[in-house]
Amino acid sequence: MTTHLTSARPAAGSRKESRRRPPAPSTTTVGRPSFAWAVPAALFFALFAIVPLIMVAVLSFMSWDGISSPEFVGTDNWSRLADDPVMLKSIWLTLLLTVLGVVLQTPLSILLGVWAAGHQRNRAVLSVIYFIPLLLSATAVSVLWRALLDPNFGIPAEATWLFGDGNLFGEQTTAIGVLAFVSTWQFTPFHTLIYQGAARAVPQVLYQAAEIDGAGRYRQFFHITLPQLRTSMITSMILMIVGGLTTFETVLILTQGGPGTDTTISAYYMYDKAFKSFDYGIGSAIALALVVAATIISLIVVRVSGYDKMRSSMEGVS
Amino acid sequence: MRRRPNYLAGAGSLVWLVLVGLPLYVMLAATLRTRQDYAENGPVSLPDSFTLDNFTGAFDSGFGQYFFNTLVVTACVIGIVLLLVPPLAYAIVRSRGRATSAIFRLFLLGLAIPAQAVIVPMFYLISEAGLYDNLLGVILPTAAFCLPMSALILSGSMRDISPELYEAMAMDGASPRRMFFQLVMPLSRGGLSTIVVFSALQAWNGFLFPLVLTQSDSTKVVTLGLYNFQTAHGIDIPGLLGAVVLSMVPILLVYLFARRALVQGLMGVGGK
Repeated sequence: MTTHLTSARPAAGSRKESRRRPPAPSTTTVGRPSFAWAVPAALFFALFAIVPLIMVAVLSFMSWDGISSPEFVGTDNWSRLADDPVMLKSIWLTLLLTVLGVVLQTPLSILLGVWAAGHQRNRAVLSVIYFIPLLLSATAVSVLWRALLDPNFGIPAEATWLFGDGNLFGEQTTAIGVLAFVSTWQFTPFHTLIYQGAARAVPQVLYQAAEIDGAGRYRQFFHITLPQLRTSMITSMILMIVGGLTTFETVLILTQGGPGTDTTISAYYMYDKAFKSFDYGIGSAIALALVVAATIISLIVVRVSGYDKMRSSMEGVS
Repeated sequence: MRRRPNYLAGAGSLVWLVLVGLPLYVMLAATLRTRQDYAENGPVSLPDSFTLDNFTGAFDSGFGQYFFNTLVVTACVIGIVLLLVPPLAYAIVRSRGRATSAIFRLFLLGLAIPAQAVIVPMFYLISEAGLYDNLLGVILPTAAFCLPMSALILSGSMRDISPELYEAMAMDGASPRRMFFQLVMPLSRGGLSTIVVFSALQAWNGFLFPLVLTQSDSTKVVTLGLYNFQTAHGIDIPGLLGAVVLSMVPILLVYLFARRALVQGLMGVGGK
């Protein structure tokens, strides 16, 4: 299966061997755990993730101010949202930021990942620094960049030749640019890791064959490496899309949705409606729309990446 | 031929190094400078003053308490994950029943649920349960949202255990329980440390649940402390960056010790 070839765990050599071993005849079910072992985790998860997920659907048809009891209002929230220019704008902004994220991060992380998978002498040292953004909370990253890009005391005030008057947060274009840049800064290392693992798993035979045929480095990259990264590319892009749809802290801290509503993406609008305007019904409706979008995308992840087939492909091993 | 250095990629990686290194330098340098020095000489210059006031300032505005709260949240989340996920992963890998594969599917689907999606009903549930503004009200949902990824990582590592070992134990008449404690748990130490690091990162960096589910200073966590500090002292950039650096220290320490576990765990996320 292709999932074996692109396995992203080069260090786990034993894993590959065990996968290649022919299926051992498993005649007995003696000593196999019952599903009861999975029940506590499933119950806990159901209570804190699945139940709220069902509730969000119910609440989206209710009006609730957080104090009095929720009241059924039918599709009122939905029709209000459909007529709300800020909501429509927020969907457009969410899509824009998501696409920008994918376009900026994909080429960058493929290049860095392939580079890091090779035999570079200084890689170990550099990769420690590279991956630091991965560890930081979105809060810390956003606060850091808000400070670095401060119009009066930050880098723009120093480099006016590059930033003009320096107030990057005062205008829609630059504010969106900052948001896309900060997300790229934070998440590129993660996607680099995905590609690094995948690039290491490309069978060396392919490169050896290409070299015999006289293919140069760049032809090898475009004709072997890139096609071999296809599965990881799809997974990584889908993770970027789900991440893009749910960006929140970055917007809350860097722009507060502003100037005006110029960077009010849907997730921020949901927070604003529910927890600032105390209109939890509308908030739920926006949240539900986000869930539906994220679920559709991750169903695609599961299909494409073969997560759901993992069990059957491992049948012989387990 | 492939061993020849790749200059183009090397140059690209140097650009990235600057993009990551420069902000980190500015941050660290600013943290050790006085406010006047930073304002007069700008962020990129070399510091001409040295002070630790930016750190003490953060502690004066309550960061000690926030650290303690975050520590409690993180420890409890790790505890819950370690209690629930190993049996779950064991069942996913070893049980043949349809119920187990349904549960596995539930968790796969759960990977897709963003915290924003459930925050309104979570606020309702936690308030109804009387846990609003209580650390337990933050711990429970945070732990729940660590489960899907942890289950995926740990079941991946449990699959590496050779089937012969199970069969040998089954031959000796070992119960699933004995296999779990004497075979599976000792052999999944790598996977266990990955899920510990992963959950710790999630809990330490969590923002939305604390933002919505807590209110008072006594339940505030570090990320919220940062957010409030920014709103209140936005102009005091060295002070603010001092707080940012403080918030990172524990995670960087964990990273130094557990880099392998973390990087491998994250690598396994997308490549399969």
